[in-house]
Amino acid sequence: MSPSELVSPPAPPSVWHMYRAMVGVGVFCGLLIVSVFQVTLPVIERNKAEALQQAIFHVLPSARTSAAYRLDEAGGFKLLEGDAAGEQLVYAGYDEAQQLVGLAVQAQGMGYQDVIALIYGYSFTEQAIVGIQVLESKETPGLGDKIETDPAFLENFKGLDVSVRGDGSALANPIVPVKHGEKTKPWEVDGITGATISSVAIAALLDRSAEYWVPRIRSNLGDFQGEE
Amino acid sequence: MASSKSSTDEFIKGLWKENPVFVQVLGMCPVLAVSNTAMNALAMGLATAFVLVMSNIVVSSLRTFIPKQVRIATYILIIATFVTVVDYVIQAVSLELYKALGAFISLIVVNCLILGRAEAFASKNTVARSTMDGLGMGIGFAFALFCLGAVREILGNGSLFGVALFHDSFQKWVVMILPSGGFFTLAAWLLLFNWLKQRKAKKEATATLALRKEVA
Repeated sequence: MSPSELVSPPAPPSVWHMYRAMVGVGVFCGLLIVSVFQVTLPVIERNKAEALQQAIFHVLPSARTSAAYRLDEAGGFKLLEGDAAGEQLVYAGYDEAQQLVGLAVQAQGMGYQDVIALIYGYSFTEQAIVGIQVLESKETPGLGDKIETDPAFLENFKGLDVSVRGDGSALANPIVPVKHGEKTKPWEVDGITGATISSVAIAALLDRSAEYWVPRIRSNLGDFQGEE
Repeated sequence: MASSKSSTDEFIKGLWKENPVFVQVLGMCPVLAVSNTAMNALAMGLATAFVLVMSNIVVSSLRTFIPKQVRIATYILIIATFVTVVDYVIQAVSLELYKALGAFISLIVVNCLILGRAEAFASKNTVARSTMDGLGMGIGFAFALFCLGAVREILGNGSLFGVALFHDSFQKWVVMILPSGGFFTLAAWLLLFNWLKQRKAKKEATATLALRKEVA
């Protein structure tokens, strides 16, 4: 080996160079992220609001406009201005004549894989759930996700009875899941073969949510009527 | 040897000869997980391609500025930034798509294909060549994901891009949509690619043999 080949390794770069690279790249990346966030934020919020609006009109087919209400501590409903996000919200749907047709309520519960979030429409005249739309679910593709596509299963929610007891304190009949093809009562949910856990989860989360909301909504009906 | 290659060669190699999925078998997590429909697969492939191209451009233009000791940390920072950008853009374009791709967008950060190209190629080559390399590899990756996604959607759901292809009586192969279907489809594609490669090599070998005989 000739002496020229025995070069010593290059001196390590100074700490300054390392800091310069890391901090420089960090600042550049931070600025880029913030600017993209600022640009896309209004579009993302509009998309989310539109998706929610569409879901409300899907579960309340005769509604043309909607308004968000918040349940306050006193047990009454207050019209919500502006930002329609957060807990304890229901969405009232009105038809062309500004008549109240029903309420859309969000509910969630544990499914087979993860939390299932859905929105359902409650009709005053029918005292029933008249439509559901799953907002979020990670159920097994091809099996559990039939809760969103199976026509026989969705048929359950075209008139699922949630009438209240005479004193208005609770549901007259809890929503109960039954095996596929064994539904006899209007408050039973006909399950899906091959997606038992997911369909039972839907029935359970609807029961829990309706048990909470329907008596409260019925005892405060006046709160929604004044809004035009 | 690398310097003798033109930019076009850098672009072409990612599409076929060094395809990230079918030849290098890199980034298998998104390949298997998000290829259940053609749309998801294509969107994921394009998102990855965008991150790959942008990180290659930035890494190669900063290659003299970044000391060797902190290069991996800096590369990850650059990649994570572009992944965040893609994340916001997809949310702005379509919430439905964003829900379908879910956590896998954020996981592009740890896709070994991207860090691999930054480390093995972009940090040693010019911006122009790195861009071509990123484009080739990215499109190759998106193409491979689409190949998987299309097969899985057609067999598992009887549709392509959500458009039904068969009569109602078509019995869907649900297993193709489930995770195991990803493995089956990938195996079939790898088999096809390797068979094509071997056949080509054999043909070339016989051609050279024949040529030699003729010369003799």
